[in-house]
Amino acid sequence: MTALEKIGAPPTRLGDTALYDWEYLVQEDRAHRLIYTDPAIFEAEMTRIFGGTWTYLAHESEIPNINDFITRRLGLRPLIIARDAEGKIRALYNRCTHRGTTLCRFDKGNSKSFQCPYHGWNFLNSGRLRGVPWPDGYADDMRDPKYNLAQVPRVESYRGFIFGTLNLDSLPLIEHLGPIVTVIDEWLDRNPGGQVVVCEANRFRFKANWKLAYDNSCDGYHVAYSHRSLLETENRFAGENAKGMAYYRNSPDTQPMYMRYTGRGNHYKDKRPNLEKRAGGLWALESAHPGMEHYEADFISRYGDRAFSLLDLAGSEPVNINVFPNLSLLGNHIQVFEPISVEETNAIWYGTMIVDDGSIGTDGVRDINALRMRTQEGFPNFGEVDDIANFEQIQRGLMAIEDEWVYMHRGLGIPDRVKTNADGTITAPATDEAFMREHFKEWKRLMQTRANLAIRREP
Amino acid sequence: MNAPKSPDPSRSSYYVDDALYRQLIADFTDWQDDTQAVDDAAVRDEFRRLVEREARLLDQLRYDDWLAMYAPECVYWVPSTPQAGDPRREIAVMFDDRRRLEDRIYRLRTGFAWSQAPQSRTVRLISNVEVFAAVRDDARMLRSNFVISEFWDKETRTLTGWAGHRVVRSGGGWKIAAKQVNLLECDQAIRNLSIIL
Repeated sequence: MTALEKIGAPPTRLGDTALYDWEYLVQEDRAHRLIYTDPAIFEAEMTRIFGGTWTYLAHESEIPNINDFITRRLGLRPLIIARDAEGKIRALYNRCTHRGTTLCRFDKGNSKSFQCPYHGWNFLNSGRLRGVPWPDGYADDMRDPKYNLAQVPRVESYRGFIFGTLNLDSLPLIEHLGPIVTVIDEWLDRNPGGQVVVCEANRFRFKANWKLAYDNSCDGYHVAYSHRSLLETENRFAGENAKGMAYYRNSPDTQPMYMRYTGRGNHYKDKRPNLEKRAGGLWALESAHPGMEHYEADFISRYGDRAFSLLDLAGSEPVNINVFPNLSLLGNHIQVFEPISVEETNAIWYGTMIVDDGSIGTDGVRDINALRMRTQEGFPNFGEVDDIANFEQIQRGLMAIEDEWVYMHRGLGIPDRVKTNADGTITAPATDEAFMREHFKEWKRLMQTRANLAIRREP
Repeated sequence: MNAPKSPDPSRSSYYVDDALYRQLIADFTDWQDDTQAVDDAAVRDEFRRLVEREARLLDQLRYDDWLAMYAPECVYWVPSTPQAGDPRREIAVMFDDRRRLEDRIYRLRTGFAWSQAPQSRTVRLISNVEVFAAVRDDARMLRSNFVISEFWDKETRTLTGWAGHRVVRSGGGWKIAAKQVNLLECDQAIRNLSIIL
C-alpha cells in the first residue's frame, strides 16, 4: 500500500462545505426534487456515493481467463476491469497517466498490456508503466510510481460479484453487505454449483436520474399500474391460471410477499412465499415463452419426476435483491444502473445462464439455458420499457420548480405495519415505501460524510 | 404430456426446439455468398417488393396484415451482438416465436403500454436488397439495409441496421420464416426500443 494516494481536498468549487442541508432535502416522508435534478448534487454523488461506498463493477464470469478485460465505469470514471497475469482482478483507471487519454476503447477483450493510442505509453494490466517512446527525452525517472495507472484501491468479490470502493474506511465487503448476503446466497444456490455466467444483456438508456431506477427496485406499489400492459398480455388467454406477477392485481399487501431492508441502502422484495412450494411451482408461474411447451414435454419424457425442478431453473426467481447504489438481482438478471448525467442513466440487464456441474449433463444444461434466455427476454421487452417511460416522465414532472416534494410515505405511521426485527432489519408489506425511506438515510449519511478516499498505483 | 395433434403456434410453442435453433444458426451463418446471389432482375424485384411491403405495413401499424406475411411457425430475432451468437446461450434484444410476436402486438394494443402512449410514428427506408439462394430450393435468403426514422416524445431519432429474411415458398407466394434484425447499436444501451423493427 506504499503507493496509496489519499484524496485530500480536491481543487473543486465544492470544497469541504456541504452543498445543501441534506436533512432538509430528504425528510422522513418526502424528498426534494433537487436531489433528482441538480447537476451539483449529481457531481457530488459521483464521489460520495459511486466510489464513496462499495459499488458493483462487474461479474467475474465476464473476465474468466488470465488477461481478459472489460471496460466499465465507476460513476463517471472510465475503468478497465482486468484479470492480470497473476489472476488478480484489478479496476484500472482507463486513463493514460501522460495526457489523460483513455487507453482502451473496446468493450471487452484479452490483452496483457494497454498501449496509449496517442503517444504510445504502454502499461501492463497490473497498471505498471512498461515503457514510453524515446525515454531519453525525459529528465526524470520514468519508473516513478506516479506514472503507473491509477487504480481503485479496494476491489473485492463476493461469490463472483466484483465491487470496488475508493473509501479506505469502508468495512470489508462481506461486512458491508451484511444480511443481504443470505438472499444473494439463496439466489445463487438454486443454480447448479451455486453459480451463474453472464451472457450478454438487454440494455436500456433513459433520460432520468439514476435514483429513480433504484427507488423503483423494491417498489411493489407500481406493478399493477406501470406494468398493466404486461399483466394483461401475460394473462390474455382466459381460463388459464394467473401468470407472471398477476398476484399484484388484488390486495397485494395481504399476501405473504414482503420487503426487507437490511442496512447500508440494501433491500430485497421477496415474492417467493406467494408461490407453491413444490418442484415446478416457479415454472407454473411463467408466462408464455418460445419453446416452453416443447421443452416441458421433452423434459418430462427425458427426466421423469425430476423434470419440473429442472424447468424451475429456467423460471424467473421471484426476488428483487438491491445492493446500493447500482446493483439489482431480479428474476435471473443482474441489473446494473450506470449514471451518465443528472438526467440520463443506463439500465443494463445482464442475462445469466447456468453451468453444468455434472448433475444435469450438457444437453440438459443447453436446453435449460435455451429456455432461460427466452424467459429473461420477457420482462425487459414487455415490462421494463414501461417503467422507463415513467422514470422519464418523473424527470419531466420535476421540472415544475415550485412544486418541490415527492412522497415516499406509504406505510409510514400505520401501527404494526413496518416491523424492526431482532437483527435490525426492517420488514413491511410488499407495496410499502419503507425501503425507500431507509435507503435515503444511507444516501444522506454518505452525502454528509467527508469520506476517506484514495486511489492506488503499483509501487 | 403429449403434443396436441396439430398445435396452434399462436397458443403453444412446440416448434421452438433444439433442432430449430441449430437450423436457425446454420441458415444465418455464411449465407451472403456471392456465388449464391440471384441476378435475375424480376426475382430480385419480387423480393424487394416483399420487404418494402413489410416496412409499409409496420409504418401503418397494420399488424394483422404484417403477421400474415409470416409463416405460422416463424422466428423474429434481434441479436444483442453484431456477430449474432447462439441464441441458446446469449440474451437477444428480442427473440419471438409466433405467440410472442402476437404478445408484442397485443401489448401495444392494450392502451396501457406507456412506452408507446402516444405511439411512435415511423418511416422506414429499405434499400440494398439482395437475394441469395438457400440450400433448400423452396427457400431464399434476403439481405436489406434499413433506416427507421422514429418520431416519439417530441423528437425524431434514427434506428439503422440490416435485416436478413429467410423466406419459404407457400402456395403461390412466399412467407417469412425467420427475420434477423441487426441493429448497428445492438450491443449498446438504446432508449425506448418498443416498436416492432
